[in-house]
Amino acid sequence: MKRRHLLASAAAGLALAFAGAAQAQMDKVKACFVYVGPIGDGGWTYQHHQGALDVQKAFGDKVEIAWQESVPEGADAERVMTQMALSGCNIIFATSFGYMDAVNAVAAKFPNVKFEHATGFKREHPNVSTYNARFYEGRAVQGTIAGRMTKTNKIGYIASYPIPEVIMGINSYFLHARKVNPDVELSVVWAFTWFDPAKEADAARALIDQGVDVIASHTDSTAPLAEAAKTGGKVIGFGQASDMAEYKPTPRVSSIIDNWGPYYVKRVGALLDGTYEQADAWEGIAGGEVLIGEITEAVPPEVKAEAEAMRDAIAAGTYHPFTGPINKQDGTPWLAEGEVAPDGDLLGMDFYIEGIKGEIPR
Amino acid sequence: MLRLERRPNPSRFWLYATPPVAVVLTMIAGGLLFAAMGKDPVAVIRTIFWEPLFGDFAFYLRGQLLVKAGPLILIAIGLAMGFRAGIWNIGAEGQYIMGAICGAAVGLAVYPTESRLIFPVMVLAGALGGWAWAMIPAILRTRFNTNEILVSLMLVYVAETILAKAATGFLRNPDGMGFPGSRNFSSYPAAANAELFAGSGLHWGGVTAVFVALAAHVLLRHHVLGYQIRLAGQAPRAARFHGVDPTRLVIFCMGLSGALAGLAGLFEVAGPAGQISIDFNSGYGFTAIIVAFLGRLNPLGIVLAGLLMALTYVGGEMASTNMGLPAAAIQVFQGMLLFFLLGVDVLTNYRIRPVKGAR
Amino acid sequence: MLFGTIDPVTLVAALIVASVPILLAATGELVVEKAGVLNLGVEGMMITGAIGGFIIAVATGSPAMGFLGGAIAGALLSLIFAFLTQFLLTNQVATGLALTLFGLGLSSLLGQGYNGIKPPATHPLPFGPLADLPVLGPILFGHDLLVYLSVALVAGTAWVMGRTRLGLIIRAVGENHDAAHSLGYKVVRVRVLCILFGGAMAGLGGAYLSLVRVPQWTDGITAGAGWIALAIVVFASWRPWRVLLGAWLFGGISVLQLNLQAAGSAIPVEYLSMSPYLVTILVLVVMSSGRGRAAVNAPASLGQGFHASQ
Repeated sequence: MKRRHLLASAAAGLALAFAGAAQAQMDKVKACFVYVGPIGDGGWTYQHHQGALDVQKAFGDKVEIAWQESVPEGADAERVMTQMALSGCNIIFATSFGYMDAVNAVAAKFPNVKFEHATGFKREHPNVSTYNARFYEGRAVQGTIAGRMTKTNKIGYIASYPIPEVIMGINSYFLHARKVNPDVELSVVWAFTWFDPAKEADAARALIDQGVDVIASHTDSTAPLAEAAKTGGKVIGFGQASDMAEYKPTPRVSSIIDNWGPYYVKRVGALLDGTYEQADAWEGIAGGEVLIGEITEAVPPEVKAEAEAMRDAIAAGTYHPFTGPINKQDGTPWLAEGEVAPDGDLLGMDFYIEGIKGEIPR
Repeated sequence: MLRLERRPNPSRFWLYATPPVAVVLTMIAGGLLFAAMGKDPVAVIRTIFWEPLFGDFAFYLRGQLLVKAGPLILIAIGLAMGFRAGIWNIGAEGQYIMGAICGAAVGLAVYPTESRLIFPVMVLAGALGGWAWAMIPAILRTRFNTNEILVSLMLVYVAETILAKAATGFLRNPDGMGFPGSRNFSSYPAAANAELFAGSGLHWGGVTAVFVALAAHVLLRHHVLGYQIRLAGQAPRAARFHGVDPTRLVIFCMGLSGALAGLAGLFEVAGPAGQISIDFNSGYGFTAIIVAFLGRLNPLGIVLAGLLMALTYVGGEMASTNMGLPAAAIQVFQGMLLFFLLGVDVLTNYRIRPVKGAR
Repeated sequence: MLFGTIDPVTLVAALIVASVPILLAATGELVVEKAGVLNLGVEGMMITGAIGGFIIAVATGSPAMGFLGGAIAGALLSLIFAFLTQFLLTNQVATGLALTLFGLGLSSLLGQGYNGIKPPATHPLPFGPLADLPVLGPILFGHDLLVYLSVALVAGTAWVMGRTRLGLIIRAVGENHDAAHSLGYKVVRVRVLCILFGGAMAGLGGAYLSLVRVPQWTDGITAGAGWIALAIVVFASWRPWRVLLGAWLFGGISVLQLNLQAAGSAIPVEYLSMSPYLVTILVLVVMSSGRGRAAVNAPASLGQGFHASQ
């Protein structure tokens, strides 16, 4: 049977077919997206899909988009991406950290397909790029609001798993709350799941019962806000991943919105006009990937102004949320006076900063 | 009015004819669903059932069927033994996880030593890990009369927490810049469960699954233990009368299913998955329960059922990506397929007769 | 002090609310299993109830209609299971698992377009000054209707199963369907009705999640609660009041471990995270040890198909 080629030779065949296409302009691009959850999760995957739809909107007929929901890590991810590459996708966005090794393995076989991996760091081949968003910038703004707004001086954080991304967010949130309120204490609850809305509700309630009156969460459901709403305005929180505007003006006083559209449009556009290059993108508020949702009237004007000033300073590049002096939890110095955290330290962050109580689960 | 009448003997014709009939019925019902969603039903059905086997990319996808079916078959055969004997291990997912962790831990502990012994020892450790995890419900049942359904299920959640701890803590890649996840076995040949022939999708897990299916078939048919298992399930009292030791049977069946689930986990982590990660498990342990029953608890039937399930996953995925169907529509379609496969099976044991007058 | 700064009163009040979905679903499943049917599709029926209830509540603006809708949605889904297992005599374990798969997919399809919508609010019942009582106020008089209804349903189930002719029939069918049949009971009819009841209860539990506990619609919102409900039935040895105990124990440990985390307990988080499962196992071991298989109380015909063949 003539189709009985090995994968490698088929890939080589495709490579020939598209030879030279990488640098030249393209008339039409097929952009494919691999999602870790269902689009209906209302959070992480939903926001990525909004970005995919932005691409379609921006380029119309010149772009065809395809996607696959709920792809588990490992062999399944590898198969889905191989299948996408075989069926003519020119650029594949893999939107979960866990796809890292699969992305690089498939990329090796399809040198003329572009791979974009979200939140990872491995770029083993010239056709693999990585991208991420500086969510910790948004956490700095939230921390400022939290420090100013808390009356009990207890603020809370609902975390998923102890990974650098989450720890970075906790540190930034606490650092900026402490900065404006030296008496503030932080309680962290680890849910040990990415997704269990009822558990998030229970975690929020546990925090509230412990006297916490400002809650931030690193899990995507509105359950913590709904719990906060039951306290009749005593407890506030933030929208996470999406704006969660239905809880305005309180308990949702602001939000961090994942906004992948600008990056996706930029990358697909570059592929269309022939300017595409391998990248290691980590943009934040400045690049439009992290949006700070409207700060509502539940926040006093001076606090709102302070938070917005910080947002603007971060956007302008005049302020970095992790600027020394900052010590680690055990008191050893991390950043000296005026020193700005190197990206490597942030990406691999596995320690709390000074002042946070408790331990990171190991 | 229709009624069912039990056949004196199962119909050999329907035994083999029901699966195709069920598949055709699913195609019709599923086609209606896809049409209602505004997709071309013929194209979708063709993509699901035809493309992975004979389509343009079949050279790749056929191998992927083996990758997907391997763990399902391996786990389901172990479970089927227990189910036949009335022993309900529904925590294979946890045993799968623990097998992967134990096997991977052995391999990672000796990194980067190169020795031919490493992989076999990992295989052993994987089987042991799954076996040990299954021994908890087994011993609690035999010693304290504790229901194994609850214990084995609860231990899945415990195993998931240990997995998260392994990925972010004790098995984390020291060169991974603090990110979760272990080293990848694909860059550690002595410990890797690589494809036996490049591009075939066949690795040691698939080979083991075939071997285990044959062994289980022989055991059930020709060995006294197989006889005891069947007897214990059909007539527990008679079994005891015939000298079947229930304690030993529980220990054997739970241990076997745990060890096989652990093996499946090890082959997966060292092969297709490549590493321990927080979300390493993707539900094989639960899907395998369905596979076991679809295969009528028969080892050879399970092989076919596992391949069919794998086909709906791989083909369904293609339909979803290429035609913009939500993944949920594929799930509904899979559910329908199972309903029809199970439902039509009634014809094997029963005849449908019209009823006249009152019953 | 084990509890540190944790206030036992707020803890009890929280666990009562947290365990409602599991309690409802488990009570329904108990009746199903008492009738000799093992329906592993609880998760699928729960989530179908969650989206069904959500859609109805949003459309009508009434949470009460939503709860009703959730129960009906769960019951409708269980009808598939009833038809397959009772009329086509399919294997119950496999059919139940297929039902979960089907329900998860179906709910996701139905739920498209319901992201980011806030359902009508469900308020605590107005007990007036009673709610302000110390200790008793938050524990007894601070909840919404469904909390009381769920406990009432447990009581009702216990009464029906233990004290009424209907309960006797259900148990007879579950213990020995051939004998029940020869006594003239309609085995299949009883079982179908029990399955529908189980579906309705699971659906109600799901609706409580999407309308009160969380309250929003997201894919996979039940996140495994149906499996816990199944485990609780086994934990309870098929006794209604022990279902309440089991649900409160599991819910209680879940809430307690989160509270301990929030209060900065020194116990490592991963052990806290496993604790609800481990404690449930441990308590069951203690309760079931030293007794014969008979005391475990499983219905004798559980999971076996019935066909009246003469």
